[in-house]
Amino acid sequence: MDAVGTVFRLIWELGVYLYTVVPDLLPIILALATPLALGALCGVLNERSGVVNIGIEGIMLMAAFFGYLTGFALHDAVGSGVSIALGILAAVFVGALLGLVHAWLTVSVRADQIIAGTMMNIAAFGVTGYLNRLIITPSGRGGAGVIAPFHLPDAIANLPFVGPILVMFLDQGPIAMSVLFIVIALQFALFRTRWGLRTRAVGEHPKAADTVGIDVYRQRYLNVIFGCALAGLAGAFLTLESTGSFQNGMTNGRGFIALAAMIFGRWTPIGALAGALLFGTATALGVVVSIRIPEGDLGDIMRSIPSYWYAALPYLMTIVILAGVVGRSTPPAADGVPYVKEGKG
Amino acid sequence: MTDQPPVLEMRGIMKLFPTGTLANDAIDLALRPGEIHALLGENGAGKSTLMNILYGLVTPDAGEIRIDGQPVTIHDPADAIARGIGMVHQHFMLVPVLSVAENVVLGDEIVRAGQILDLGEGARRIKLLAQKLGFEIDPSTRVDQLSVGQQQRVEILKAIYRNARILVLDEPTAVLTPQETREIFEVLRRLRGEGASIIFISHKLDEVLEIADRITVIRRGKVVGSRRPSETNENELAELMVGRAVSLRVDRGRSHPGEAMLEVRGLRARNDRGHDVLQGVDLSVRAGEILGIAGVAGNGQEELVEALIGLRKPTAGTIRLAGHDLTHALVDERRDRGMAFVPADRHKYGLVLTYPLDDNLALTRYGDPPFAGGFAGIIRNFKAITANAIRLMKEFDIRAPDPKTPAGTLSGGNQQKVVVAREFRHDLRLLVLDQPTRGLDVGSIEFIHKQVIGRRDDGAAVLLISAELDEVLDLSDRVLVMFRGQIVGTFPAEEAQREKVGLLMATGGARA
Amino acid sequence: MSRLRRAAGRIWRVASIPLLAIILAFIVAAVVIVVSSVFTSTGLDVFLPLGAYGSLLAGAFGSGTGISNTLVAAAPLILGGLAVGLGFKAGLFNIGVAGQFLVGAFAAAVVGARLAGAPGVIAAPVALIAGALGGAAFGFIPGFLKARTGAHEVVTTIMLNNAAVLLLTWAVNDLVRAPGFSFPRTGDLGHSALPILLGRNVHLGIPIAVLAVFSVRWLLDRTTNGFEIRTVGQNPNAARYAGMRPIFITTLTMTLSGLLAGVAGAIQMLGVIGFYAPGITASVGFDSIAVALLGRSDPIGILFAAILFGAFRAGAPLMQIETSVPVEIIDIIQALVILFLAADLIVRRVFRVRAAKPVISELATVTRTWAGGAPPGGGA
Repeated sequence: MDAVGTVFRLIWELGVYLYTVVPDLLPIILALATPLALGALCGVLNERSGVVNIGIEGIMLMAAFFGYLTGFALHDAVGSGVSIALGILAAVFVGALLGLVHAWLTVSVRADQIIAGTMMNIAAFGVTGYLNRLIITPSGRGGAGVIAPFHLPDAIANLPFVGPILVMFLDQGPIAMSVLFIVIALQFALFRTRWGLRTRAVGEHPKAADTVGIDVYRQRYLNVIFGCALAGLAGAFLTLESTGSFQNGMTNGRGFIALAAMIFGRWTPIGALAGALLFGTATALGVVVSIRIPEGDLGDIMRSIPSYWYAALPYLMTIVILAGVVGRSTPPAADGVPYVKEGKG
Repeated sequence: MTDQPPVLEMRGIMKLFPTGTLANDAIDLALRPGEIHALLGENGAGKSTLMNILYGLVTPDAGEIRIDGQPVTIHDPADAIARGIGMVHQHFMLVPVLSVAENVVLGDEIVRAGQILDLGEGARRIKLLAQKLGFEIDPSTRVDQLSVGQQQRVEILKAIYRNARILVLDEPTAVLTPQETREIFEVLRRLRGEGASIIFISHKLDEVLEIADRITVIRRGKVVGSRRPSETNENELAELMVGRAVSLRVDRGRSHPGEAMLEVRGLRARNDRGHDVLQGVDLSVRAGEILGIAGVAGNGQEELVEALIGLRKPTAGTIRLAGHDLTHALVDERRDRGMAFVPADRHKYGLVLTYPLDDNLALTRYGDPPFAGGFAGIIRNFKAITANAIRLMKEFDIRAPDPKTPAGTLSGGNQQKVVVAREFRHDLRLLVLDQPTRGLDVGSIEFIHKQVIGRRDDGAAVLLISAELDEVLDLSDRVLVMFRGQIVGTFPAEEAQREKVGLLMATGGARA
Repeated sequence: MSRLRRAAGRIWRVASIPLLAIILAFIVAAVVIVVSSVFTSTGLDVFLPLGAYGSLLAGAFGSGTGISNTLVAAAPLILGGLAVGLGFKAGLFNIGVAGQFLVGAFAAAVVGARLAGAPGVIAAPVALIAGALGGAAFGFIPGFLKARTGAHEVVTTIMLNNAAVLLLTWAVNDLVRAPGFSFPRTGDLGHSALPILLGRNVHLGIPIAVLAVFSVRWLLDRTTNGFEIRTVGQNPNAARYAGMRPIFITTLTMTLSGLLAGVAGAIQMLGVIGFYAPGITASVGFDSIAVALLGRSDPIGILFAAILFGAFRAGAPLMQIETSVPVEIIDIIQALVILFLAADLIVRRVFRVRAAKPVISELATVTRTWAGGAPPGGGA
């Protein structure tokens, strides 16, 4: 009897806790979910066209570094705001450039796609570590500064129900804010435009697309480059909107969690966002617990869990979710299969 | 149709593939307006290559193509389509998860404001076209929900939607029942009436004689003859196709059936997507008889074979071999009891293409003596494996340099012989064959058919499943028809006429 | 004489692409060094690569110390490369060597500290086995998940890598922290440490690694289990058709792979590091992938590739000291080597070579199973 009572009390405390903490929690969740969502969108664009890209982690890291480097190098010359904006542009550009490399390797050279992605990851660690040690560390300087987030007027932020949601999505920096719009735009584009139809055809049955005159190679190149530009944007978020500094390996597995979010979301943009929010919540839990500790027995329990376990939660959760969802949803049929135009010369 | 100038001429087409195959050797072809022209030849003769050149999928090494008298170069399918050439491939070029409308408009989409699709307009046009050709279709259906015959009509719609005047069909009747074949011939005649000119690729002599206005025969990449149907007959065409007198029907001889060897009762199973695809199959095969199952592909045959092999768990029912219940037995246990299988897809199941022939020839008994021994039977015995390979290569006339040759370098016919050699032991109780001669040349087909009959005469029970109705009718002592996961008809060989069997294959016995 | 020629011809056919890939990687890395020298305080130096590579070689082979450092660095790479290579043979990509290495090192450190006082003949082997089992368990998890649910090992192993670092840190901080030290770490190994055989640091782990090479080779080439592993990698459908059980084989292979990586961690712990503390990193994770690809998944090839990479890692510190070229250039070279192996087309064009086979044929299975589910029909 007492045990049942304890359980009910804990559930009540959990409810109260979530209610009080959710308004603070939501913006954190979106911020944590932003790189995951952008990475997952990159994955969606790649795989819907038939290209497997596990190098998203590396692309994010490289873009994060070069965006940071640009902001850092130009900071004194053009001032904080402009240097950050240029940094973001640089990151997106680097992302697109690496996308070009991946597209070339997978579509033209027809190298194994998983190895190509792995190479990208290793290269990213190597190049960013090398340049970090060579250029940034000796200079001794700190960050390039961070973009000041946009703030909603209090009147709107305090609206019941709608207020916290608006705060979540709009009380953010520009990159985090743009995520929602990008998701909606891509969802519409993928299923209602000519580009979307051709993309899906190329990812499901490239030969069929080829026989009606669609350039399979071109479609794949464009989508991979564009998708990786989004991964570049994710990298920019990490160093220019979220933290303002660069550490070796700071992506920390986000690129792979993004892939799990993509699979969870059944290779759709909206699903990818849902997956990203889910994983973002898992990460947020650890942050929030250290900031706003719940009262009572629940608080005692939550505090007794070592911080390292909270930190490990997103990774463990990814494994569990992946094991549960894979095989229940089908990827694009030609995913991972290089296309060869037969018999030409 | 008589002697107007040709709408399409291909002159002196040459194509040598990097593998060394001379697929097309100075081929000339002329297509007159409003004509149905058949391109006849056995598998591998070069017909598909010629048409792929016409459609821009393959670049010829030499030769000229003229349309309406003007020389043209066709760089890619977009070019071919622009010139009024449409192609219906043997393996459909339809995206299964997209709808009919999306598939038909793909590449030629109707758009508003630059990118936004207008599928409603596309659907309207498709419906009109279909009516003109004499059939109905719902453009919003997903293609993977359609029957094979319907999918083929969607392919034709794709071509007509793009105003094709020259239509090429590659082995269109390979997957159709006799009734569907008749329906598609009607559609072709209507198209001819509307002014289209049609090239019809096939290896089926009777159909070609029925539908074509003119027949060109190709053998080993060369044109060996051109006839009107009224001027020729099946025997002459067969001889032209193969280059020697061919006995079109194998001599089955008499069967001396013994007791029931395989008994399947009430077998039910699901396919990979979770749908019930075997709905209670009952059959029995006696020792010393060949039981053939006729049926359009996709009615559960593949899953039935997988259940018999042990690759798919049935949801209900039993499988018994000589009285032993093997319903849930593992694959190797079934083999130990005397079952052997020739799977339909030799690249997927039958062979490991990167392995040498000797490993492939010992593949199904790799863990048993004499191929393995030693401590806990885990040490492989290479001498025994190679000796076995040499013996089988000789017995089955497998053409390869040595037993270490990778299986992937062999021709299709030789690859199938490897699978057959491995499975056709002399002490078999049950032999299950699934599409055993698909895609093979006539010589290999004859050889395998003889081997099958030989095993039957040795006393094995043989279960033959084939989409080639002729093969089933030729070889079987008894014929079953499979439809929607059930057996819907049984005939002894003498009563199994094409029409009767074909009707059951198409309708399952339900009155239309 | 012609027998020698034929043998040489065979070696060239197999080893040409890997060798040329390395050469090409060094050339490209030289360009990187030159270009990035622009941004340093000393400015553009076109001859910097020569000095750097010279120091690298000197550090690796130029002295007795150098050679022993190379061997010591190579030992975990041999085992890690075998781990990845064995996985490749079954069509699996074990990127989790880093995590399995750490778990193995941790297990060996903890058990070793417990047995520090016991006779060395017992303590060291037991600690080693503990490391092997730890790594095996960490390989079993992704293997089982892949076999049963289709969850691709590329994602699950990387997740486990990250989780391992965090959870092992917690374990050292809170569970097994040895008293009496100023920072969190496990206790002294005492008799559990591997004996030094030669010079200053050539320990027993090196012959153990070489022994592993021949064991894996024997497993793959001469046993039915090895035949099953290879068949599952080449054609999982044909494997089922032949009566094999891919679920079991997949799980077994990942477990063995984890075991090898765990042994790598154990010998590194027992032979070199001596205690587990937070902050131990394992570059052996990515290095093993490069080694396995260079060695074409073949145990002997992996042996040579591991020695080569061990040389790089051993010589890099001297290079950084003498020429200020950061050690991370080895990571860049590694990535380039993988690039040129994956896109061996490039190597062939540049050097006009025709090689025997594509890099590793089982890679196709790795990619084909990327988002797949459990085998159809529920077959075992």
